[in-house]
Amino acid sequence: MTAQQIIFLIVAAFVLGSGVMVVTARNLVHAALWLVSTLFGVAVIYALLNANFIAVVQVVVYIGAIAILFIFAVMLTRRDMRDSGPQMNSNWWLGALVAALVFVGLVFLLQGWSGFTGTAADLPSGFEPISLLGEALVSPEAYVLPFEVASVLLLAALVGAVYVAFNKK
Amino acid sequence: MIPQSWYLILAAALFGIGMFGVLTRRNMIAILLGVELMLNAVNINLVSFWRYSDVLNMSGQVFSVIVFAVTAAEVSVGLALVISAYRRRNTVIANDLDMLKF
Amino acid sequence: MSFWNDPLKVAADWLEGIFTGWGMDAVLAHVLVAFLGVLLLIIILMVVDIFLVWIERKVVARFQDRLGPNRVGPFGLIQPFADIIKLIIKEDTTPGNADKVVYNLAPILSMMSVLILWAVVPLAPVMLGTDLNVGVLFLVAAGAIGTLAIIMGGWGSNNKFAMIGGFRQVAVMVSFEIPMLTMLMIPVIFSGSMNMNAIIAAQNPIPFWVLSPLGALIFLIAAIAELGRAPFDLAEGESELVSGFNIEYSGMKFGMFYAGELLHAFTFGGFWAILFFGGYRFFGLEQVSPFLAILILVIKAMLGYWVIMWVKYTMMRIRIDQMLAFNWKFLTPLAFALLLVTALMNALLSPAPTWLYALGMFLANVVTGWIALEIARSATKQERDRIEGPTKTAEAHH
Repeated sequence: MTAQQIIFLIVAAFVLGSGVMVVTARNLVHAALWLVSTLFGVAVIYALLNANFIAVVQVVVYIGAIAILFIFAVMLTRRDMRDSGPQMNSNWWLGALVAALVFVGLVFLLQGWSGFTGTAADLPSGFEPISLLGEALVSPEAYVLPFEVASVLLLAALVGAVYVAFNKK
Repeated sequence: MIPQSWYLILAAALFGIGMFGVLTRRNMIAILLGVELMLNAVNINLVSFWRYSDVLNMSGQVFSVIVFAVTAAEVSVGLALVISAYRRRNTVIANDLDMLKF
Repeated sequence: MSFWNDPLKVAADWLEGIFTGWGMDAVLAHVLVAFLGVLLLIIILMVVDIFLVWIERKVVARFQDRLGPNRVGPFGLIQPFADIIKLIIKEDTTPGNADKVVYNLAPILSMMSVLILWAVVPLAPVMLGTDLNVGVLFLVAAGAIGTLAIIMGGWGSNNKFAMIGGFRQVAVMVSFEIPMLTMLMIPVIFSGSMNMNAIIAAQNPIPFWVLSPLGALIFLIAAIAELGRAPFDLAEGESELVSGFNIEYSGMKFGMFYAGELLHAFTFGGFWAILFFGGYRFFGLEQVSPFLAILILVIKAMLGYWVIMWVKYTMMRIRIDQMLAFNWKFLTPLAFALLLVTALMNALLSPAPTWLYALGMFLANVVTGWIALEIARSATKQERDRIEGPTKTAEAHH
């Protein structure tokens, strides 16, 4: 077992453990903080995949913005600091069954695919994924249209979120 | 080297955990937390497909960048809806928001 | 290659030779040496941090026409050590209903968010933690962890004042991150890279503050907001919030927040120097020896730190709504406009000779700043008329 594999296993166990805590923690602020640690682990996974830009953007966008937004929302929608009542609905075992079935089904589907156990080729020397990614995002032959649509989507979400959350008095 | 199957299984497991959260949690914010986990699982898949196929083709990373943007939009509108619902109905439990059900 | 040209590599090779000589695995020896390097950097930073306390206290004393610490040791140099002993022997309290893990993790995360910034700081051409190709974004990512530490401290303390302080601070930090990120793109446009070393190398004939003085200024304002220092110290406004998010922290836990803030200010001084003032470059002196390059970078970082202190100790405090309005209505649109202008001018002027390029960029910045100031002036005049109009009539009635 190589060092990279050991690191992967440790990080994967960390991600899955924090993920389970996200969906089971009683205290919602704790759930949001466990989400932060999950996302941090996922950022490490991206770094293992040589996707530096995606890893750093993961920290900036998810931890710096989305997790903070979640914590704010939790604090704005609570009458007191205590949590009472069950956190899960009555047929939680059905949800667990469906989730387990989805996992088994996905793994079953994937293991029939030819590239399932494939290994990655070494990166070409002097390979700059960032400039390639930048060109792919703005070149007309590649993904400029989805990129622009995504920015319009963000603007619409900005306006929509402000309108929905605005307290009309 | 790590075979791609490890990443795919990790992503599938994370997707399953997120789905469990979405299906079972009562609090609307907790449901959105589960959605976050599912979107992250998808992103792990996309980036691993980029790394394990032709690295000069950036489609996987471009897709994950767009997933980031979509997630940001989804979270901001979703949490705005939760806060708005809390203001009007004074609850964040999804089961209690049953105005359409008489 | 001698010790004076590349000290880190020589020392690392020497240590690795010793470790492998003991029969250690080559990979393990490499990891161990890297770990020792990180440890060394952190120890040096902590020692620098101790002296930053002294510098900060001396400088604020001079701004306020006092002498500052001058009793313990020559020029009061030993004073910070006395402070540390005091902080360590103070009682270490945890509030009754506090969230223990979150509460105790917050100061550690706060310190960590500052220390990891130094992983991408190029101290000299050959001395840097990691040559990350997304170094500029890493700066913002570390800031995100700092934001998290503050909200954890505010929430974990289970105290209303701490919570309000944390909320305020996070609102300011998240808002001012936008102009900061936008301004980080300006050195990226000029150098065509997000790598810190490439950004410094691109400032060879002309440092970027000449090309974008307005960008350097906006970055400094956003950096001060990110630090939570005055005039952005809304989180710890003594008169209304007692001490803000760190009110429940005592002893060394408070010390961690305090030391983290000072080191953060110094670090941002360093980043300001790297991004806009050429980093370790000073008329070719950095080529002589890496040690000289470190000295140049530290002097430039100290100058940036001094400007941050100057702002802190001479500005009045501003209300939170005014601060956020300033960001969303003035600084963010200005930053976006400046980014657009810079990108356009860069595309237009790139075939021009260097002096014309620099002149055009400088003038574009001046014009953009002037237009923004004129708009702000007319807007504030309208606002003043709107507010002062009724009061004048009210006075007339009396």
